[in-house]
Amino acid sequence: MISLAGVNLQLHGFALQDINLKIDNGDYFILVGPSASGKTLLLETIAGLHNVTSGKIWIDGRDITSLESEKRNIGMVYQDCALFPHLTVRDNIVFGLVIRGKKPAVINRELKRIVQLLNIGYLLDRRPHNLSGGEKQKVALARALVTNPELLLLDEPLGALDPQTRETVRQEINKLHQELGITILHVTHDFEEAVTLGTRIAVIGEGSIKQAGLPDEIFHHPNSRFVAYFTMAVNVFPGAAERENDNKTFFIVENTRFETEESITGACYAAIRPENILLSNTFPVNNGQGFFTGVITGIINRGSIINIIVDLPPTLVCLLTRNAFEQMNLTVGQQVYLTVPPSSVYLFTD
Amino acid sequence: MEDNGQIKNNWLSKIFKHSFTFLFIILGFLILLFILVPLFKMVFLSDKEAMWLALLDSETIQAVWLSIYAALIATAIGFVLGVPLAYLFARYEFPGKNIFEGLIDLPIVVPHSAAGIALLFVFGSNFIVGKGFKLFGIQFVDSLAGIIIAMLFVSVPILISSAKESFRKVDVRLEKVARTLGASPWQTFFRISFPLAWRSILAGSLMMWARGMSEFGAVIILTYHPTTAPVLIYERFETFGLAQAIPVAAIMIIISAVVFIGVQTLLRWRKNYD
Repeated sequence: MISLAGVNLQLHGFALQDINLKIDNGDYFILVGPSASGKTLLLETIAGLHNVTSGKIWIDGRDITSLESEKRNIGMVYQDCALFPHLTVRDNIVFGLVIRGKKPAVINRELKRIVQLLNIGYLLDRRPHNLSGGEKQKVALARALVTNPELLLLDEPLGALDPQTRETVRQEINKLHQELGITILHVTHDFEEAVTLGTRIAVIGEGSIKQAGLPDEIFHHPNSRFVAYFTMAVNVFPGAAERENDNKTFFIVENTRFETEESITGACYAAIRPENILLSNTFPVNNGQGFFTGVITGIINRGSIINIIVDLPPTLVCLLTRNAFEQMNLTVGQQVYLTVPPSSVYLFTD
Repeated sequence: MEDNGQIKNNWLSKIFKHSFTFLFIILGFLILLFILVPLFKMVFLSDKEAMWLALLDSETIQAVWLSIYAALIATAIGFVLGVPLAYLFARYEFPGKNIFEGLIDLPIVVPHSAAGIALLFVFGSNFIVGKGFKLFGIQFVDSLAGIIIAMLFVSVPILISSAKESFRKVDVRLEKVARTLGASPWQTFFRISFPLAWRSILAGSLMMWARGMSEFGAVIILTYHPTTAPVLIYERFETFGLAQAIPVAAIMIIISAVVFIGVQTLLRWRKNYD
């Protein structure tokens, strides 16, 4: 298990603040956050490339806080792979073994193992500048894995790849995780990537962990406006929650009352995911849920999906597939009916 | 008449259209002539017989050879002391870094005679550093050591700047990855940073060597004898006139040109991992 307790770090005017994380062995842990949120800095700190100001880092109970990077046995892969340009692919991969003074027989055995695992035998004599983006990622993974690290750190490994290659590399990393059972800490700014790959997720912003948990927990129960926006629950409102006599809780904003399953009361914020709002251009058949009448004020074409902006008030962003949108023949100014399931109204106070 | 007028108009309009490029070419050509004509004239139009005689003259040979190897020793010292400093400048942030970086370049802009006097003030046998070295039998006035420190002082900023820029071009993440793969800071420097920066460092070393070899102002303040080639050129010019100074000067220009072409070739030599 990798544990971070109260880790603080100041570097070039940027600070990591009170980072507490627990990553179980075999986890595929995703650290997700926007640009300049401190993701890479945290990764490099775990790798031993920066000294913490305070706090502790452990691997399997071993305190590695003051241990030099080269003694931590942690593999690292950067977004642009950072392959050594003056070395061949073979020399890149075996670098860690050569540095550790392994015997040629061991080097060859380990090289063969990792090359077979990643199916990159045909690349061995090439130089990094002759590789495609996907090939570079595989070589960088092979280089990091050949020394059998206790933890693999991936810094936006899919970020610089085209969509097709990204999918291939994503599958490759997933396969490696399952076959090797290695603990992975993967950093990304893409929440979709986080949900797809991660067994556990932590959202980081402005140098601190905002929320950590299972992907579903974070997706359905963001604990703050920051996490809500970041997880694409774009309808976030300030308002107040009230419990009524029948024990139902309502979130009230601009005189509109959204029923919720949350138990918070008083001043708070609510987040509603666009995909959870049911939009209809015909008067809804009574299904036991309340509905709201609004007017379309905007239509944003996003390719395969369409965002419909509806003013109740408040103004809500809804989501339709292109097919549904074309069948409904919606236009700006048209009256529509929205149903917001109580389970989709998340409340938080931060 | 009408056709001629048309042609003339075309020429004028072309010149006007390309006036920017045209003017810059003329201005650039003028400065090229200014630099190259004196150098080429001295090398190609000087008395060949006098040049051969100069090449066979033991005083000239000694002076040129002294310039070459004193500059080589100065470059070696500059390399050992300057490359680590360049790496520190390229990789670390520390208070006063900008000031130190600026100060390092100071020897390039101060009058070199002033640099010589400043060195004399520290390394002269009446001063503490000079006294300290004297205990080990090293003196800096009228000695090889004096020539070396004068050359080192005025030319080491070239090597430091070149090394600093080339280390800055090495992606710091390559070094970070090497560390995570088990390399110590020493191994990382010698296996990653230096192999990726060596080309510019070598070019900087060659430039430093060439600059040190041609140093006159600082050298003559510390050491008139033994005589380096630039001092010999000056001495011959003062004592015998232009005709006696030209052959030695021509030899120095040829050596400098060879070094310069070497540096350019080195820098343009396409790296196979670019």
